Amino acid sequence: MKRGPVAHIVLWIAFLAMLATPAVMRYLAAKKASAQTSDAGCQSALSRYGFCFTEVSQQAGIHFVHDPPLLDAKLSGIMPEIASMGASVSIVDFDRDGWPDIYVTNSRIGSKNHLYRNNHDGTFTDVAAQLGIADVNQPGTGVSMGAVWGDYDNDGYEDLFLIKWGKPMLFHNDHGHGFTDVTAQAGLPPWINANAATWLDYDGDGKLDLFVAGYYPETVNLWHLENTRMMPNSFEYANNGGRKYLFHNLGNGHFEEVSEKVGIKSRRWALACAAADLRGTGYPDLFVANDYGVSELYLNNHGHFIEAGAQTGVGFAPKSGMNTAFGDIFNQGKYSIYVSNISEEGVLIQGNNLWVPQDGKTLHYENLARDLGVELGGWSFGAQFGDLNNDGTLDLYLENGYISLSKTKSYWYDFSKVAGGNSSIISDAAHWPAFDGRSLSGYQQKKVWINDGAGKFIDVAQAVGVTDRNDGRSVALADLWNTGALDAVVANQGGPLLIYKNETAPGNDWIEFNLAGTKSNASAIGAQVTLYWNGQQQVQAVTGGSGFASENDRRVHFGLGKHPQLQKAVIHWPSGAVQTLDSLTPNQCIHVKEPA
Amino acid sequence: MTPPTQAAQPSSLSPRPALWKRLLDSRFTPPVFITLILLIGNLSFGILESYQKTLLAIATAMVAEMMLGKIFTGKWPHPASAYITGISVGILLRSPAFWPYALCAALSIASKYTLRVRGRHIFNPSNFGICAMLFLASESVAGLSIQWGNNLASLIVIWVLGALILWRAKRFQITATYVISFFLLALLRAHITGDPWQSEVSPITGPEYQLFMFFMITDPRTTLKSWKGQCVVAVAIAVVEMLLRLDQSVYAPLYALFVVGPPALLIEMYLDARRKRRIATVQALRPEMAQ
Repeated sequence: MKRGPVAHIVLWIAFLAMLATPAVMRYLAAKKASAQTSDAGCQSALSRYGFCFTEVSQQAGIHFVHDPPLLDAKLSGIMPEIASMGASVSIVDFDRDGWPDIYVTNSRIGSKNHLYRNNHDGTFTDVAAQLGIADVNQPGTGVSMGAVWGDYDNDGYEDLFLIKWGKPMLFHNDHGHGFTDVTAQAGLPPWINANAATWLDYDGDGKLDLFVAGYYPETVNLWHLENTRMMPNSFEYANNGGRKYLFHNLGNGHFEEVSEKVGIKSRRWALACAAADLRGTGYPDLFVANDYGVSELYLNNHGHFIEAGAQTGVGFAPKSGMNTAFGDIFNQGKYSIYVSNISEEGVLIQGNNLWVPQDGKTLHYENLARDLGVELGGWSFGAQFGDLNNDGTLDLYLENGYISLSKTKSYWYDFSKVAGGNSSIISDAAHWPAFDGRSLSGYQQKKVWINDGAGKFIDVAQAVGVTDRNDGRSVALADLWNTGALDAVVANQGGPLLIYKNETAPGNDWIEFNLAGTKSNASAIGAQVTLYWNGQQQVQAVTGGSGFASENDRRVHFGLGKHPQLQKAVIHWPSGAVQTLDSLTPNQCIHVKEPA
Repeated sequence: MTPPTQAAQPSSLSPRPALWKRLLDSRFTPPVFITLILLIGNLSFGILESYQKTLLAIATAMVAEMMLGKIFTGKWPHPASAYITGISVGILLRSPAFWPYALCAALSIASKYTLRVRGRHIFNPSNFGICAMLFLASESVAGLSIQWGNNLASLIVIWVLGALILWRAKRFQITATYVISFFLLALLRAHITGDPWQSEVSPITGPEYQLFMFFMITDPRTTLKSWKGQCVVAVAIAVVEMLLRLDQSVYAPLYALFVVGPPALLIEMYLDARRKRRIATVQALRPEMAQ
């Protein structure tokens, strides 16, 4: 070391400054977060952010608490981890009275699912037992993991597909007066361990088809395990999960399984899926978010799928995909895709993905989650896009929190100890240390990110009243009381069903569209509404399930901001028909029937 | 990390060794090896969030090394060491942000020129940088934990290649001692905690350990000179790691090296100095005794 003391002093100062840099970065981030998320009450939230949530489940007469699965005793040591899913919520107007109803799943053998009928007065009444879709978790049939609704027989009433670890079930909606179990006639397989499914008309024949994505292999009965080698064989590249199913609707109440025939063949561990026409081909593409691996994007070429995850950029870096939601966040007429993953301070920072389509001839996505501020959401699960403050840009609601048990003891050390090991070790549940009441990313703050319209999302969850710390799984957005504001319904694992009623500040207008197909499927799933106003456009799709184990209100909701100049709405129906609506008036729900 | 270079260079009068031997003896072998691990891992498994972050770490480390080396030694340093430091940071550190990669690489290299005793840096550079980031910026960074393939074939290939290179570099004993110690102590931990022994053995079959065992604890600049001393230190690292693991420290091996490495070097320096003083004293006394 030849240099004199001055050079050494300068070097030491620089060295110490570098050591201090993380503390400075942390201070600045905390200061910014504190300014954004302080809870200053509803009035403050209304004036600052234009909306405010109030949790009203008890007032609404909903006292539902989810029962998690209780599986084979061989899994008792890590039961909290294996039994960590099953809470789900889907929105459906099952009786076509123009008011959204709520269906929630339960996941203990013998527990009941609930269908909350909207009483139009701020309250709900559970009618599931009366209508025949409550007692669906009977011994020997597995338990519910989610539900998606779609009118498979085009009679105008939404039918129910029940996603299960066990026997999948299809219920026909008998004109809102009851449900008939039509599983046997439909030709569904006897057992699927799935957490994700979506309705879509993949071949454009006007009849809804059904995609079901397996998680555990379908040969595994989690209540009667032959052995404990049922875990993923990798935490990044697992390929020993459940198979995928595409049930082609034959139109007579029967379905034909065609997944391999149309190019879908995967044994990744799927946790979420959704379909939308991402390329303007008129056919819905299919996005699958996989746990323990990369996401898959199946591009639909006239009814035949090509997996293009790696080619389009969304399927290269493996993470823990737990959500699929589409949103035109820049008002450019293009969908971005939000996939949730895991982030735990100091242990594992995967970061969530916001896949934004890039300009160019071929479809290619770039992950802009960090740039836009929606990357870190803890152990994230369900998320949905929706304009929560009606300012004309889509916001993002994210649920999170994995296992909340002890407030002082964490399972993270043991999790990381095993998860990085060889496949022969991690794939056997018997090799995993027992939970012993410890938490794993528990008691997490939820995220409600509002879109500032200038390329940034800001978390305002605490400020707008989303303050629960439950183990959130599924979130669905719906204008529950037809007020022109999107409310949020949240299903928590082993926790209460929460209803966050949304109050928006006066001034921002809105418009909703309720579509009914004629040549297309009656649910209008796959239809796209592009709204043009104030020189901008926003596209939204009618989906047959999105997020994590959830389904939003069938009606599409647009916030418009102040004094909007509405130009037109263009509807692309799944049949290929294009319909343009002029002379639109804000602050109403417009019912649109597909031209014959 | 500094590459485990060959202890003795072949004499110019010796017969020219075979090409594969020259390649294995070369100071570029470890950088090539670690680059291969990175490329194979990323091309087959996508282990990196992005190439840019790893390239940023490498570039920062090399620029810092060149600047500081030239300023403080007057010579341009060999780039291999900084390259390995940078690439190790790029693999072992995980963060959605770019700045931690640059900061960690810069800290690692700066530690070589600040934390010195008697002209010798006492921390393994990338171990220092990564531990500092994990201590000080845990909200922004994590270590490599589960991002790698879990199949046996890739594990065996890396272990065999790594062992071969270490054997040629005469540092295989360090890794072997550490591995044996780890396995024995894993069984002891399983006995103490009551957890399945497979769960205690599991970490060493993962990616973090492949880099740790083959590159970090064998760094010639921060390991002891004697064969026996190297083995004692390897055991000490495994023991401290076990204690940290019993305290549920996720990054136990990295912290163990951080804790054990510098004191071991200081003790060696102290013993060396004492031995030299004794020799000097004896040599000083000899003329007097002769008189």
